[in-house]
Amino acid sequence: MDTESAYSGYSYYSGRSRGSHRHGERSRDRHKSRSKESSRSEKSVTINAPPAEPLLGDQSVRGEEVQDDNWGETTTAVTGTSEHSLSQEDIVRISKDLDDSVGLDCKRYLNVALSVILGLVVFLTPLAFLILPHLLWPDRLRACGTACEGLFISVAFKLLILLLAVWALFFRPPRAGLPRIFVFRALLATLVLLFVLSYWLFYGVRILDSQDEDYQGIVQYAVSLVDALLFIHYLAIVLLELRQLQPFFSLCVTRSTDGATQHYNLGQLSIQRAAVVILENYYKDFPVHNPALLTASKSRAAKHLAGLKVYNVDGPGENNAAAGIAQSQSRAMIAAAARRRDSSHNELYYEEAEHERRVRKRRARLVVAVEEQKKAPGDVMDPREAAQAIFPSMARALQKYLRTTRQQHLHSMESIQQHLAFSITNNMTPKAFLESYLTTGPTLQYGKDRWLARQWTLISEASVTSGLKDGTVFLLKCIDFSLVVTTKKIPYIQLAEEFIDPKSHKFMLRLQSETSV
Amino acid sequence: QQRIEIHKLRDGDNLILGFSIGGGIDQDPSQNPFSEDKTDKGIYVTRVSKGGPAEVAGLRMGDKIMQVNGWDMTMVTHDQARKKLTKKNEDVVRLLVTRKSLENAVRQSMMQH
Repeated sequence: MDTESAYSGYSYYSGRSRGSHRHGERSRDRHKSRSKESSRSEKSVTINAPPAEPLLGDQSVRGEEVQDDNWGETTTAVTGTSEHSLSQEDIVRISKDLDDSVGLDCKRYLNVALSVILGLVVFLTPLAFLILPHLLWPDRLRACGTACEGLFISVAFKLLILLLAVWALFFRPPRAGLPRIFVFRALLATLVLLFVLSYWLFYGVRILDSQDEDYQGIVQYAVSLVDALLFIHYLAIVLLELRQLQPFFSLCVTRSTDGATQHYNLGQLSIQRAAVVILENYYKDFPVHNPALLTASKSRAAKHLAGLKVYNVDGPGENNAAAGIAQSQSRAMIAAAARRRDSSHNELYYEEAEHERRVRKRRARLVVAVEEQKKAPGDVMDPREAAQAIFPSMARALQKYLRTTRQQHLHSMESIQQHLAFSITNNMTPKAFLESYLTTGPTLQYGKDRWLARQWTLISEASVTSGLKDGTVFLLKCIDFSLVVTTKKIPYIQLAEEFIDPKSHKFMLRLQSETSV
Repeated sequence: QQRIEIHKLRDGDNLILGFSIGGGIDQDPSQNPFSEDKTDKGIYVTRVSKGGPAEVAGLRMGDKIMQVNGWDMTMVTHDQARKKLTKKNEDVVRLLVTRKSLENAVRQSMMQH
């Protein structure tokens, strides 16, 4: 997520960056990048290793190299420009890497630099407050008594706690790159900046200028600064982490190509953050996108439409003779199409039944082939060799099965052998080994080259930094398909209570028995 | 109301009377086919075995037993009624029974079958 906690940089530059809307990808990114800040940078929890993440086009590759600099910002490409750039997809894919790499470097380094500077400023401020009097007017300074020295310890530990807390909250590898600023982070950064500035102002005017001798007062002032920083950190936790935990909206995500649908409950988030959460869940919940499965329905649809596309383009105001002839012709064609349509559902039914039967037959053969095989090896081999020994005998059955279910492009020979070695190492039964082939799993299950993680675009009518509302609809577009997301508010649940007296739970067992005497 | 005196028949070690009873305050009165009032928890004669001492003495199916040897039978449990009827040291039991008119009894027995 983008980390906007820019203390000094952001609030100054943000105005500029917002003004320049269509500057082009790089310059805008650079403006945005300055808002990242190390000590307060919001690094949301990483879901994946950095290379696999980037949403909305950034970061992932560069994430690794700068991770140790506590940077958590994600500067992402502007939605607009990335949309335009999708027009030529191949070129996009190739060039996006280059673009990303150069643009990202600039952005990220700037971000990191700014973050580090701001963090240092914030951390060193209390220390500066404490040290400056000793440097500037040591002779006039009243000696620091016991209470004052106690305060030194308190400052030290509070700074340590602050450091740990900031590390825990913000120094996490970023999980996504967002198109617009992260509003809460920006606000927090501005707040911290203003806060520190006002403290410096006060310090400069009242203490440095007048060369105050009361060192204890100065130490207490520094302690109050650190306390307030801790409270701002608390505010950061609440705003950034806690507020969206309570579920408030239910989002329905549908894939446009095959209609796979999932529902997620989210809290109050902005649209871009919700998009990140949805995409993270997409990779584990949705079955992998298989274009081969769509061609059958497409050809059917094409045949269907070819007969039906008969509409009279000429309006009703045309002369009647021509319209009359056109109408009768079109009626005939529509009738023919209707007749064909009647039989097409028949075709569909039989085709599907046939396919089902074929799949089942192949599956049975496959299961038998694998089960026979798994009993075999007697001599000691390492899993790799064992896999290679077993593999040829069931390769044919497996290939045929994959071809029938149109999954053959998802699994390569190499991956199958690897999986076989893996299941041998872990003592998996044949059924467990086959499970990943018999059912289509989520995208997570397949190789990382399947993850089009870098190529998502967020399309939304409302501003992406605005919060989710009931009825918000937005699109997450990928190269091959798109995810349509609709929002519904979770209704207010009114629970009523009904008290049941425990005494009413006593029952009498009534029988009707007959005894002969 | 009728007073019936039954002489028990000795059958091996048992003394049998030749009829079956149903009802009691611990039973479900709504299932009683012989009672007019379905909340009546009294003891009713549900079967009379053919040729047994009860039939000989004049007991009929559907009779409600009010007293047995002076013991009240209108407010007893099923088991208490059984015990009162099968006391081992008594050879004769004197019952006080109530009977609906014969037609009703016949009609009811027919309805049962």
